[in-house]
Amino acid sequence: MPAGGGRPTPPQERVISPVLGLAVLDPAVLDPAVLAPLVAPSEPWINFDVGLLVDRFWANTINGLAYGSIYALVALGYTLVYGVLQLINFAHSEIFILGVFGVYLTFLALGFEPGAIPDLPLGFIIVDLILAGLVAMVVSGLAAVLLERTAYRPLRRRRAPRLAFLITAIGASFVLQQLIRIWRGSNPEGTIRLLPPTPVFEIFGAPVTNLQILIFVASLAMFVVADTFVNRTRLGRGIRAVAQDPDTATLMGVNRERVITITFLVGGLLAGVAGLFYLMTIPQGAVYNGGFLLGIKAFTAAVLGGIGNLRGALLGGLILGVAENYGQSLFGGDWRDVVAFVLLVVVLMFRPTGILGESLARSRA
Amino acid sequence: MRHRMSQISAFWNARSRVQQWGLLVPVVVFLLWLPVLNPPLITTEPATDFPIALFNAAVLALIAIGLNVVIGQAGLLDLGYVGFFAIGAYTTALLSSPDSLLGVRYPWLVIVPIAMLVTMISGVILGTPTLRLRGDYLAIVTLGFGEIVRLLADNIDPLRGNRGFQNIARPEATYPDGSPVFSQTDVLGFYWLAVCLIVIVLMLMGNLERSRVGRAWIAVREDEDVAELTGVPTYRFKIWAFAIGAAVGGLSGALFAAQVGYVNNQRFDVATSILYLAAVVLGGSGNKVGVIVGAFLVSYIPDRFQFEPQYRFLVFGLALMVLMAFRPQGLLGMRQHLLTYGRQAYRRLFGAGAAVAPTGMTASTRAAGDLPEVKPDDHAGTSPRGGGE
Repeated sequence: MPAGGGRPTPPQERVISPVLGLAVLDPAVLDPAVLAPLVAPSEPWINFDVGLLVDRFWANTINGLAYGSIYALVALGYTLVYGVLQLINFAHSEIFILGVFGVYLTFLALGFEPGAIPDLPLGFIIVDLILAGLVAMVVSGLAAVLLERTAYRPLRRRRAPRLAFLITAIGASFVLQQLIRIWRGSNPEGTIRLLPPTPVFEIFGAPVTNLQILIFVASLAMFVVADTFVNRTRLGRGIRAVAQDPDTATLMGVNRERVITITFLVGGLLAGVAGLFYLMTIPQGAVYNGGFLLGIKAFTAAVLGGIGNLRGALLGGLILGVAENYGQSLFGGDWRDVVAFVLLVVVLMFRPTGILGESLARSRA
Repeated sequence: MRHRMSQISAFWNARSRVQQWGLLVPVVVFLLWLPVLNPPLITTEPATDFPIALFNAAVLALIAIGLNVVIGQAGLLDLGYVGFFAIGAYTTALLSSPDSLLGVRYPWLVIVPIAMLVTMISGVILGTPTLRLRGDYLAIVTLGFGEIVRLLADNIDPLRGNRGFQNIARPEATYPDGSPVFSQTDVLGFYWLAVCLIVIVLMLMGNLERSRVGRAWIAVREDEDVAELTGVPTYRFKIWAFAIGAAVGGLSGALFAAQVGYVNNQRFDVATSILYLAAVVLGGSGNKVGVIVGAFLVSYIPDRFQFEPQYRFLVFGLALMVLMAFRPQGLLGMRQHLLTYGRQAYRRLFGAGAAVAPTGMTASTRAAGDLPEVKPDDHAGTSPRGGGE
């Protein structure tokens, strides 16, 4: 992200978006023989390649499900906070990227060097990954609670209008982002890959890697835990009660402030887990503004499924992950993000309440 | 301090409009003269050329005035305003740069209305589907729009991505000695042009605010449902707000492109949009003078004190948070003259002391109903022409 305020700089080295990095690595997308020229005769800047879409359908689907489950984990944080406070927690993307940095710094602390693939027994690697994930959860969870305390609680005390909350959230997002930038610099951190993806088996000719299985299954497990927590436990009932009617919930003896804190904490913990999976998928992803794009997409996922609805977040995340991959095959690698944003606009236009409908209160078991 | 401010404000409001204009003339002249004076302490040199710093502040002020229509007047949080700025700049580039595939080289003055029209149309295109959404959802959709515009500039080959467009047309004029007023090396002319454009836009906006349109916007901002029920076609007026705000954004984009002479995809990210938002919110959304002050601060302070870019965003992010907590109305609060002859009417109604509605009131206190002027009055017949005459 270039610094605002300056004049446009002459062409310079461009930092490839970490999310796009995944796309650019794929040689089939870049193969000019595969791409059908559409507009300009020399090099097409947009394709409409149905053949590629069909060819890569299963690979895209598997990849999209794995990547989409990361979206889903982040989207859960948006959806929980929105359900309880009717607030788009714009700074949630920074909570997430703090988790990514938590993972990265744990890797460094454990003695892993950027660039080298560690030669360790699988058991050690798994322990290290779990450790990194726990650190990320602590970092993100604490950051989310701190954010709530310092930024949003004062506004609630003053009964500020909703727009004030959103603007505060934007401000907080910037502050966190720039603090990371000042702390760690604006270049992506070196890549540390603990678990290189290796194909395990194939579905319809598309390889499924160990990483994809791990991420998908673990995300589903996290979702089940979160869903059970919200729907089955006492604290979860408190969250649903506050989401349904804060005043009545307070009268019934629910401590509203505590529920809000717990909501932010749960969102932060999930974002921390997502941070671990993100860095495992995209090892070069630890960069100060890496959360922004993913945050917007995760929010899109939450809206897509129905914001305020936990199952909607999961569904939306998976759909978005898959749809992005299809769009990338169809139009070309550069159009991946455009597909996501267009999807956001289209969904909000035609079904603002999402596929499953909003309301955390009504999403019960 | 507050008392002094209210005294100034009371004095100001007691003047008639002609007197106010008369008082403003020296202010504008002073502003025009400022880069030539280049006063010590205020100047940003040697770090940044002072006229360039002032020009940037003026462009940001113009942007803030346009964004204020959308956020301050109509209450629609637009996080993708930089998209309109980009469209204005790119239209200018496409119609005048030799790098453009269109192969035309129109003069700048011809391009400006075209750029404004194009951005206005894009504002309507964005607004038509999205303005049925409210509040936070609208904010996110506009953010998505801003990103889409930037990504299109990245991806579409004829828009040249990072390579950009060189040699964009600038306005043509010469000093008596034959040297050009507007050139790459001398920003002074561009700064004067920007100030003149701000004055013109301010006059037009002032008239718009006091018209039926402006009252409809305020009604939408204060309570959309009530406005709709009282017969304000809210959807149509929201689209108008978007279109007019977009046109001003396009104008500033065209001005900026002409001064820099070079447009590429490196300046139109969401961070810039948030900086615009900071300018409007800092100065006081809904207050034209306020947003100019806010824009000046947002642009001038980093130049004066030589912030690194990352500190710029950090400081204004913090400023947004602190402001929302302690002074959500901004440095200068919102104020409006809803009626053309409002001040005379107030004097009749509340006595000579109450020249105008108190300034700095928040929306909630006004909505509490202690002032008669907040009724979203949209009936042409009851417009108090002659009310005070």
